[in-house]
Amino acid sequence: MAVVSTAIATLLGTLLAIGVEMRRQYGMGLEALIFAPMIIPDIVLAIALLSFFSMLNLTMGLHTIILAHVVFNLAFVCSVVRARLKSFDWSIVEASADLGASALTTFRRVTLPVIAPAVIAGALLAFTLSVDEFIIAFFTAGAGRASTTLPMQIYAMIRFGITPEINALATIVMAVSITALTLSQRLNRGIIGQ
Amino acid sequence: MSEPRTLLAIDHVSKKFGQVTAVDGISLDIRENEFFALLGPSGCGKTTLLRMLAGFETPNDGRILLDGHDIARTPPNKRPVNLMFQSYALFPHMSVRANVSYGLEMERLPAAEIRSRVDAILATTELVPFADRKPEQLSGGQKQRVALARALVKRPRLLLLDEPLGALDKKLRGAMQLELKRLQHEVGITFVIVTHDQEESLVMADRMAVLKDGKLLQCDTPHAIYEHPADRFVADFIGVMNFVPGKASSDGVVAVNGARIAGKVPAALSPGAPAVASVRPERIRLFPSGETANRTTGTVEALAYHGLDLQLHVRTPLSPKPFLVRVTADAADRRPVASGDQVELGWDAADVRIFEE
Amino acid sequence: MVRAADGKPIAWLSERRTPGATPEGRARQGRGGYFVKYQPSRSSLLMAPALVWLTALMVVPCALVLALAFFRRGIYGGIDYTFTLENFGLVFDPLYAGIFLNSARIAGTATLIAVVIGYAAAYAIAAAPRRWQPVFLFFAVLPFWSNYLIRTYAWIVLLNREGLITQLLRWFGYTGEPPSMLYTEGAVIAGLVYNYLPFVILACYAPLSRLNPELAEASRDLGASAATTLRRVILPLTVPGIAAGAVFVFVLSIGNFVTPALLGGGRFQMIGNLVYDQFLTANDWPFGAALAMALIAIMLLVLMAQALATDRAAGRAAEARGQADG
Repeated sequence: MAVVSTAIATLLGTLLAIGVEMRRQYGMGLEALIFAPMIIPDIVLAIALLSFFSMLNLTMGLHTIILAHVVFNLAFVCSVVRARLKSFDWSIVEASADLGASALTTFRRVTLPVIAPAVIAGALLAFTLSVDEFIIAFFTAGAGRASTTLPMQIYAMIRFGITPEINALATIVMAVSITALTLSQRLNRGIIGQ
Repeated sequence: MSEPRTLLAIDHVSKKFGQVTAVDGISLDIRENEFFALLGPSGCGKTTLLRMLAGFETPNDGRILLDGHDIARTPPNKRPVNLMFQSYALFPHMSVRANVSYGLEMERLPAAEIRSRVDAILATTELVPFADRKPEQLSGGQKQRVALARALVKRPRLLLLDEPLGALDKKLRGAMQLELKRLQHEVGITFVIVTHDQEESLVMADRMAVLKDGKLLQCDTPHAIYEHPADRFVADFIGVMNFVPGKASSDGVVAVNGARIAGKVPAALSPGAPAVASVRPERIRLFPSGETANRTTGTVEALAYHGLDLQLHVRTPLSPKPFLVRVTADAADRRPVASGDQVELGWDAADVRIFEE
Repeated sequence: MVRAADGKPIAWLSERRTPGATPEGRARQGRGGYFVKYQPSRSSLLMAPALVWLTALMVVPCALVLALAFFRRGIYGGIDYTFTLENFGLVFDPLYAGIFLNSARIAGTATLIAVVIGYAAAYAIAAAPRRWQPVFLFFAVLPFWSNYLIRTYAWIVLLNREGLITQLLRWFGYTGEPPSMLYTEGAVIAGLVYNYLPFVILACYAPLSRLNPELAEASRDLGASAATTLRRVILPLTVPGIAAGAVFVFVLSIGNFVTPALLGGGRFQMIGNLVYDQFLTANDWPFGAALAMALIAIMLLVLMAQALATDRAAGRAAEARGQADG
């Protein structure tokens, strides 16, 4: 679930970021639209999507969680990539064209490698948020057991107080998180290649 | 020597950005194998003109003919013209070698040919020891050479250089000016350089164009422009000039204090019109021995020793600004002057240029 | 083959194997300066998929909720499609208005504490040697990377009657009743502060690390004390960071329902819990929608305040630059 939504969000978010930064000016509306998913309270987005999906008579499950998660994930990816693009030297794109590269080649060989660390960082952030996200998943999951995400399981357990099972589960989740984090740090440094 | 062939003809080219006219009907011919400089203050349109030659801007009007073919609307990656960017625009994620190879890979040349051409250009630009470094590990001068190598390796018909030495410190700049000239001679490619530094274009260019507010003011050899500037702006912009404001007469300018400055008056100036007489600092003699057409006295306000010469600021009744006088160190030794001294200045009528005010 | 006036083939025109030679290639280049940064048409193309996604799955659903708020609740929990303003009236009912005020107070307290602690931490990190800064930042945001629920759970372990704090107190010789810490307002605030602190640290660190250290030195040189320098120079120039951090904490806190549910033990209703209940327990969707809209309204007010603060700070910064230039 997290993998799929991260993949979609990374693609859309990166394109969006480049598109926005290519503009000389953009209205407040566009800015607000991109920014909104990050600050809108989870609970509001959750009930909005719940109402929306039930109105469309959509069967809810993993796919609806994915649809929902991409909304805020793409906003986070976009903001991370945009931050990188702010300091991006656009003259290297021109240099590439000047040396004979087509727009596609330029993107593949120049733009993408340079912003790759930011794209990966954005994807990791999205992935972490997605794995972690509880409220929206809770509302858009429907009834099926198959679409229970880990946080939903944990929430259900915590409500009954402290048990050895949660302690064990918590330890495992923490270990996985820290491993992923360390990996991402290593990876990031490797790509920047200092 | 035969008449040099025109490589690039800029024909009544104009470019507007919204309401602003950046380039206003400029026509210029750039000849095969010359080192051409576009010079002007910032905002004069020189960079816009250069970007139109590279293909990053499309002119609103006019033609750009390369070898007789209009390339004004050819995209940058289809032009045999390369640009050396002001920021160098080196690809930060590629080594020096990869940066230089990039352009040849775009031409889909065989690997062996790419290798040999890259090796050759790295040798010419003395970059062989740095071939495997990333741009961030290079000094400013080295980055500049990589940018140059990356553009030159494609053997463009025309190499454009946007303020190529702007990011270097003064001493390195002097060395690179000569280096660029040497390289240009060696590779036999036409160079067009954009600069706001008049000294740089005087040193490097075979011919230069002075631009202001999107218009071409003068296009000639550095010597001709220095000695015979087309108007007051060019006279002021190129080198250092002393100006004496006044009114035109039949054989010179009458200064505000009534003194007469002898010189050749341009035909367009009718007597009595506001005019300005000018003379270069190095043409003025201190305590002139013989007869000179123009003469004045003044007080030394400041002097600066420059090694080879001595520069004096002399307050005279001729103009509100002090005169700048350059005398050789020898001359200064023969008759030392100090701040506050009264001095006599003299210069010939032939060294006077008169412009419309 | 293209020939120049003198009849010789022009190598660069005919020999380059480029897509420009094909009609399809030419069509692609149709717009000319194609590669340059500012290309509105290409930009729109790149943005389109994401914007469509956002519109379909955020704007439309939110509009739906807004519409929902104007309908009546059906007798059996469904929606009765008759127009009414009752739901909004209910929001201002003392009972619910009280919950709103309560939520705002809790969120506000959490924000204040988080900003004070976060700014101090960010300041300390920015003042640390350059090469250690990333390490400190890493540790500052470390909790952010573990699961939110588990972080909250950790506080349960810490605060419950037989939890770590009680045991620590016992160890120091405390023998009385175990203090009741869990399921209090304090516990909720602590949980919120802890969870959102990394945001504040990051938001404040960015402008602090960019601040020219010579500004502070100049202030000291001109005779200001360290405290005055902080108040007159550093704080005003970092207002945007503080505002951004504060807004994040406030907005996330006021809409939160997990923390109050777990650390407040359900005794401290916040708006989030209320919305949750209306949708999943009471099955009164229209009223839940109205509550959600009220939440959004509060959020917008807070954002406007932030924009105002940032604008004023930007004005100050521009002024400072102007003076530097002049």
